[in-house]
Amino acid sequence: MEAILEKYKSIAEGDVSVWFKVTTVDEFPEDGGLCIKYKDKQIAVFNFTRKNKWYACQNVCPHKMEMVLSRGMLGDSEGIPKIACPMHKKTFSLETGENLNGDLDAIATYPVKIKDGFVFVGFEE
Amino acid sequence: MKTIIVIGNGMVGYKFCEKFVKKTSKENFKVIVFGEEPRPAYDRVHLSAFFKNSDAKALELAPINWYSDNAIELISNQRITDIHRATKTITTVSDKEYSYDYLVLATGSSAFVPPIKGTEKKGVFVYRTIEDLEGMLSYADEIKKKNPNAKAAILGGGLLGLEAGKAVMDMGLEPHIVEFAPKLMPRQLDMRSSQVLQLKLESMGLNIHLSKATNQILGNGSITGMEFGEDDVLDVEMLVISAGIRPRDELAKTCDLEMGVRGGIVVNNKMQTSDPTIFAIGEVALYNQMIYGLVAPGYEMAEVAVDQILGDTTIMSADIDMSTKLKLIGVDVASFGDPFMPASKGHSILFEDKTKSLYKRINVSHDGKKLLGGILVGDASDYNMLHQIFLNGMAIPENPEELILGSRGEGGSSFGSAMDLPDSAQICSCENVTKGDICNPILEGECSSYEDIVSCTKAATGCGGCKPMVVDLVNETLKSLGKEVKETICEHLDYSRQELYGIIKIKQLKNYNEVLDACGKGDGCEICKPLVASIFASLYNDTANKEDVIQDSNDKFLANIQRNGTYSVVPRIPGGEITPEKLIVIGEVGKKYNLYTKITGGQRIDLFGAELNDLPAIWKELIDAGFESGHAYGKSLRTVKSCVGSTWCRYGMDESISFAIELEDRYKGLRSPHKLKGGVSGCIRECAEARGKDFGVIAVEGGWNLYVAGNGGATPKHALLLAEQIDNETCIKYLDRFLMYYIRTAAPLMRTAAWLDKLEGGIEQLKKIVVEDSLNLATELETEMQFLVDAYECEWKQAIESEETKKRFKHFANSDDRDDNLVFVPMREQNMPKHWEN
Ligand code: SRM
Ligand SMILES: Cc1cc2nc3c(=O)[nH]c(=O)nc-3n(C[C@H](O)[C@H](O)[C@H](O)COP(=O)(O)OP(=O)(O)OC[C@H]3O[C@@H](n4cnc5c(N)ncnc54)[C@H](O)[C@@H]3O)c2cc1C
Ligand code: SF4
Ligand code: FES
Repeated sequence: MEAILEKYKSIAEGDVSVWFKVTTVDEFPEDGGLCIKYKDKQIAVFNFTRKNKWYACQNVCPHKMEMVLSRGMLGDSEGIPKIACPMHKKTFSLETGENLNGDLDAIATYPVKIKDGFVFVGFEE
Repeated sequence: MKTIIVIGNGMVGYKFCEKFVKKTSKENFKVIVFGEEPRPAYDRVHLSAFFKNSDAKALELAPINWYSDNAIELISNQRITDIHRATKTITTVSDKEYSYDYLVLATGSSAFVPPIKGTEKKGVFVYRTIEDLEGMLSYADEIKKKNPNAKAAILGGGLLGLEAGKAVMDMGLEPHIVEFAPKLMPRQLDMRSSQVLQLKLESMGLNIHLSKATNQILGNGSITGMEFGEDDVLDVEMLVISAGIRPRDELAKTCDLEMGVRGGIVVNNKMQTSDPTIFAIGEVALYNQMIYGLVAPGYEMAEVAVDQILGDTTIMSADIDMSTKLKLIGVDVASFGDPFMPASKGHSILFEDKTKSLYKRINVSHDGKKLLGGILVGDASDYNMLHQIFLNGMAIPENPEELILGSRGEGGSSFGSAMDLPDSAQICSCENVTKGDICNPILEGECSSYEDIVSCTKAATGCGGCKPMVVDLVNETLKSLGKEVKETICEHLDYSRQELYGIIKIKQLKNYNEVLDACGKGDGCEICKPLVASIFASLYNDTANKEDVIQDSNDKFLANIQRNGTYSVVPRIPGGEITPEKLIVIGEVGKKYNLYTKITGGQRIDLFGAELNDLPAIWKELIDAGFESGHAYGKSLRTVKSCVGSTWCRYGMDESISFAIELEDRYKGLRSPHKLKGGVSGCIRECAEARGKDFGVIAVEGGWNLYVAGNGGATPKHALLLAEQIDNETCIKYLDRFLMYYIRTAAPLMRTAAWLDKLEGGIEQLKKIVVEDSLNLATELETEMQFLVDAYECEWKQAIESEETKKRFKHFANSDDRDDNLVFVPMREQNMPKHWEN
């Protein structure tokens, strides 16, 4: 199980060496998310329209190790953008990955950038 | 890194872990807990609740994964047999060895079984663990089968014995309490209060035998009676021994720790035993030469031990408060401070009224300024206040009798509200929470509700005795801030559901962002989004396809999410009636997509384990064969269960299947604050269990009886009669009104039964509104319902007909691959998800 989590490490914008082109912006629901596949990783990407921001994080929820976070619900907790897991509503900051309503391990977050109507997610390799 | 080993996972051992987790970052310590019982720590104080529902889970102090989530290793079902102080190791019953840096003994106590001949006989029990209770329950069943008038005795008339007596009575056995002393609850009550209590208990059906020394227990293999004197015999078929406790100090003997003459492991005020690296807490610890058989001192000991290990200087209070209030048994009994006080220390004021089973006594200091203790029987409503006055040494009225008699002779009590207490007053003694701990976070804006206070202070989570006072303090403090005491939705919407429903309706708001912009703040969350979605649905009958991003987990994908992230598929089968052709279609779909199939408790079929990618194809096949969504995922109408009725049944009085189908078709897709279920039975034999539903219709001579607001589930409730002998048309009219009124006014996730409970005036008021139209709302409610009925669309049909919606059902946005993380395992002849590892 831990092996799954090993694959996901937060990446800062400055450390990105590969900007992976995902799909077009208009494939994404407003204020919603989708899951994308990059190599052997599953990444949840969110179009937080209300905040006019994009976020990405691991798709696996550290609570029960299911690949479900992209199907969760966006929101904020005192200004911190967050994603609520659809299974048991554990919530995670989309900025730091921190578990906001419990003490689960933080999730990995990834930088997102939009260019010419396309969505790109940043990885190290 | 240091290792702490805790032996005993009972109430106090658990509290140690909980306080430990709160106070330290776990990196510096490794905690291993051993428990002899097969399950994690549970609430022994409320053990008797197990007789009502046999629900061991409900008693758990924390679920099993709490331990691993907090990096505590819990090893249950494993007794420790030896401690080796020289090597700082312990040995388990299966001969494994573990090393420790600190050892915490929280082994509690066991029931004391007096040395009477025959206690080993079948049918003799003690009252301490869940297993004891399970044993009693099944034994009681057995003897009741042979003898419906079977008797059972309790040995011991103390606090616990009386509780056990009530439990035995509730099991349907004739209860007899046998006490050695000449009075009940000898440690808490004086002679006169014992007599008042005895009369009251006897009037409730408990038989009391005082001053009885038991010579032996009679019976050949199984107990048949108890013998006191030569000709003094009581025939009983079961006995529960509740004659006190004995500390489980056997481990101290294996390693020569200092012990008391009558048992117990000696500790100092740091909870250290004679070996400073070994601590003892709870009912095994002998502090001030006393064993304290109550949770509150045990919890304080746990806190002291945690602090001491972490290097703090907290020490145990010198005086331990032994005040107690008897719970559960249907008569108020409480004693606090020094209940018996000799005349040399002060004087007592007594009030007794045997006709009303009332006894009150307070003990006051000679100067008349301090309350030293007291006893209350029959009415302990003032216990919390008196206890507080005693604990905090507060000034008492010039005429102290007012404390028990009220200032004007009767009624009105002479002390003000809980708000008059000093900030340092201890309100919750189990968790050591003071009035200040409760009021200050509210005054400082950190907490704003009873729930907030409970979750940040843990007040009222122990014995629960302080709950009314905590509620008062929270409400009074909120009021003092000019805040109305109400339940608001969340940080984004400062309204109740009913208020928000009104706002959205009047302003005709149509999407989530409009609502947030019009009357909320921030960007929303997982609480308010689904709630707003449900209000839209109730107002406009929007299906969950509109604004899927604000729908709850299940609604978003029109299917129930399963343990492994797959989904279940439940086609509607109105009234449970289905043709063989349609059954074949379901079977074929199940086979094709490799789904686990099961008949549900709602008279239909559930297909489990569908992958997100397959949902549209599965539903296309079902819809092509004439099925519709069963809304098993929604807070909406589920099923209207039917029995065969006069179509086939020789007793049937009316067409219950036809009417069930008509009702299910009428209200299908109706979204509401919580799910809705209905039932129609063809006669009063009630095979459709209609009275266990939110609405139930039963055929009687001359029409249908309509019942509302029942449910099964966690808190079962029978539906109540709303109207009698009505025809189909009237029934539908009343149902429209009832359902619509519920949808408009209920709180989120509130079933109809809970809603009716809260409705002022209850069922009588509901009858006035629905049947007599007292609020002049009937036409409006019927029109609104008709609008919703007409607006119905099958949301799965919508979903598969739109390319846009279908996109939602893909696991990856940039690939047609499936989720490679899914693992199924075989289960009989089908598949199930692999179990979670944590
Ligand atoms: C499938 C089924 C069990 C079965 O295998 O038979 C079932 C399965 C679930 N029930 Fe149920 N309940 C099922 C009949 C019942 C019944 C029996 C009945 O309807 O006659 C009850 C008691 C009657 C009642 O509701 O009054 C019942 C009382 C509950 C409750 C407790 C409700 C309450 O008010 O206390 C919940 C929890 C909730 O809704 O919050 C619940 C919740 C659930 C959920 C939805 C839990 C969840 O959110 O995932 C389960 C979804 C399973 C799935 O993935 O599809 N289920 N559930 C039954 C589906 C019936 C159907 O055809 O739609
Ligand atoms: C029916 C009932 C009602 C009660 N009502 C009240 C009340 O209203 N108010 C109140 O204040 N108190 C009440 N009590 C008392 C209260 O439950 C106890 O004070 C409390 O449970 C003591 O906690 P503890 O952890 O010291 O002991 P326990 O809860 O008994 O836990 C000790 C645990 O250690 C385990 N253990 C023992 N030896 C070993 C070993 N060698 N290796 C591994 N594990 C071991 C035992 O199996 C047990 O699980 C009640 C008790 C009962 C039985
Ligand atoms: S009772 Fe209902 S909710 Fe509980 S496990 Fe069974 S199906 Fe799930
Ligand atoms: S699996 Fe995500 S909250 Fe439980």
